[in-house]
Amino acid sequence: MKQVEFENRYSAFWSEMEAFFKQASNKAANDQDDKREAQVAAFPKNYRLLCQHLAMAKSRRYAAGLVTRLNNLVQQGYETLYGQSINNRASILDFLIYGFPAALRSNANYLWLAAAVFVLPYVAMMAAVMLNDQIIYSVMDAETVRSMESMYDPEMRKLGRERQSDTDIYMFGHYIQNNIGIGFRSFAMGIFAGVGSLFILAYNGLVIGAVSGHLTALGFVDTFYPFVVGHGSFELTAIVFSGAAGLKLGFSLLAPGSNTRLKALQIAAKDAIKIMYGVFVMLLIAAFIEAFWSSSSTMPNAVKYAVGAVLWVLVYYYCFFFARPRVANYQNRHAAK
Amino acid sequence: MKLDTVALVETPEGTDLHADLVGLLPRALAYMVDFSIRAGIIVALWIVAIFMGGTGFGIFLIVFFLLEWWYPVYFEVFRGGQTWGKRVYKIKVVSDDLTPIRLGPSLIRNLLRSADFFPSFYGVGILCLLTTRRFQRLGDLAAGTIVIYSESEVYDASALDAIDAVAPHYPIGEDQQTAFINFALNRGNMSEERQEEIAEIIRPRLPLNADRASAYVRGVGKWLLGAR
Repeated sequence: MKQVEFENRYSAFWSEMEAFFKQASNKAANDQDDKREAQVAAFPKNYRLLCQHLAMAKSRRYAAGLVTRLNNLVQQGYETLYGQSINNRASILDFLIYGFPAALRSNANYLWLAAAVFVLPYVAMMAAVMLNDQIIYSVMDAETVRSMESMYDPEMRKLGRERQSDTDIYMFGHYIQNNIGIGFRSFAMGIFAGVGSLFILAYNGLVIGAVSGHLTALGFVDTFYPFVVGHGSFELTAIVFSGAAGLKLGFSLLAPGSNTRLKALQIAAKDAIKIMYGVFVMLLIAAFIEAFWSSSSTMPNAVKYAVGAVLWVLVYYYCFFFARPRVANYQNRHAAK
Repeated sequence: MKLDTVALVETPEGTDLHADLVGLLPRALAYMVDFSIRAGIIVALWIVAIFMGGTGFGIFLIVFFLLEWWYPVYFEVFRGGQTWGKRVYKIKVVSDDLTPIRLGPSLIRNLLRSADFFPSFYGVGILCLLTTRRFQRLGDLAAGTIVIYSESEVYDASALDAIDAVAPHYPIGEDQQTAFINFALNRGNMSEERQEEIAEIIRPRLPLNADRASAYVRGVGKWLLGAR
């Protein structure tokens, strides 16, 4: 069959399908009338016909333009038929309750490693700084140390702020922009064989350990610890989680197992990103607590310690102990895919 | 035939679907458009924040965070894989099986942006994009996504209207038939002189009464398409 004849025979059908796809992408016009319903019912059949036309056009070596037009049509049909919708509220809720802990629990090895890489430098640095007050200058310059001291000075009305004039909302924005960025980066840098994540975890451990040790040695115990106890459960834990997610990426490249490195990376990323959803939510909560609760100097320390303790227990209970059978069940259902 | 800028996917119906991959330059240009838009919003908001004081800066930082990390994710997932910059250059992000990109892969490729940016100005990302077969940066590799042209040029059969069909006076092989047809359909993108120059290649085969080679090739092309 000559190309022109082929086109004459089917071009009305193609135009109709083009109109159909245009309407499908325009949700406002997507009301249910009879014609539309019939078109939807006939769609799978029509789509197969389009596939057939494309294959014929290619094998008969029709002009590139016609093949392109048919390819566009098949592409749109393919997207319509096989494209997945994410508008499933129930599964999102299901994920938030069970999916995040499931992702954590199935990656326990990475969590232990990340926690060690964060906590050991933290403890070592804290001890070192308390024994020798010069060591803090190996990770911070004098200017930073001074401003950090002033942030937790017991004379301060608002804790944890360089400038007393900064409002709670300003600090909220600052914590979101800064801390969530650190979390995201310590995940992303893991792709370099895990080295980036290891570096960020260890570096943060060193700096935070140095600060803790320095302020403890100075005797700012009653301002610094009540400040960090509230949001620390969410913030420090989330940073370790994001580092663990990054380590998973890096490890998949180092030891891809029976897959190609590319395939192993993709599988690891798919799992690791589930941890990152949760990290994002945890760091949002941490920013909120840090800006609006931790900074208060009027709240009695006993209350702050009590609330902080409850939050630590809750975070770890939810992540590792909550609803174990159901979380394991969620894990099994989604691991099969 | 193996073309290096075409992504082929076999659909379950057994048809090969093809898409044109986008190289470094259009992607960089699209990024610059997005960057300018975001920078514009940030500067405008910063000026507003100066007048509003601390709270204004708080909101500024939150918007900054959203623009930095979530701007591409929003457009990729809810606006058909196209940020504004990608829309300008008619390119889009899709999953590597050519289905629309979903939230998970979009988040993966955009969080890994910071690894692609390393050490600065997308050094790693550019290197990776230039050395992979489907022009993917690290984020694309991990997420399993590719960037393709969203609109291919649709051909215009009216280009044939003004041509007189000419029956070829010698047998033409299959490859040459395709060449004749494509020559007849591609008018707009070459200068008159260049068209003539290309058609002149078959001058020795032309009938003696044909004066312009391009008119002859085009006429035969039309005839081969089946138009009379």
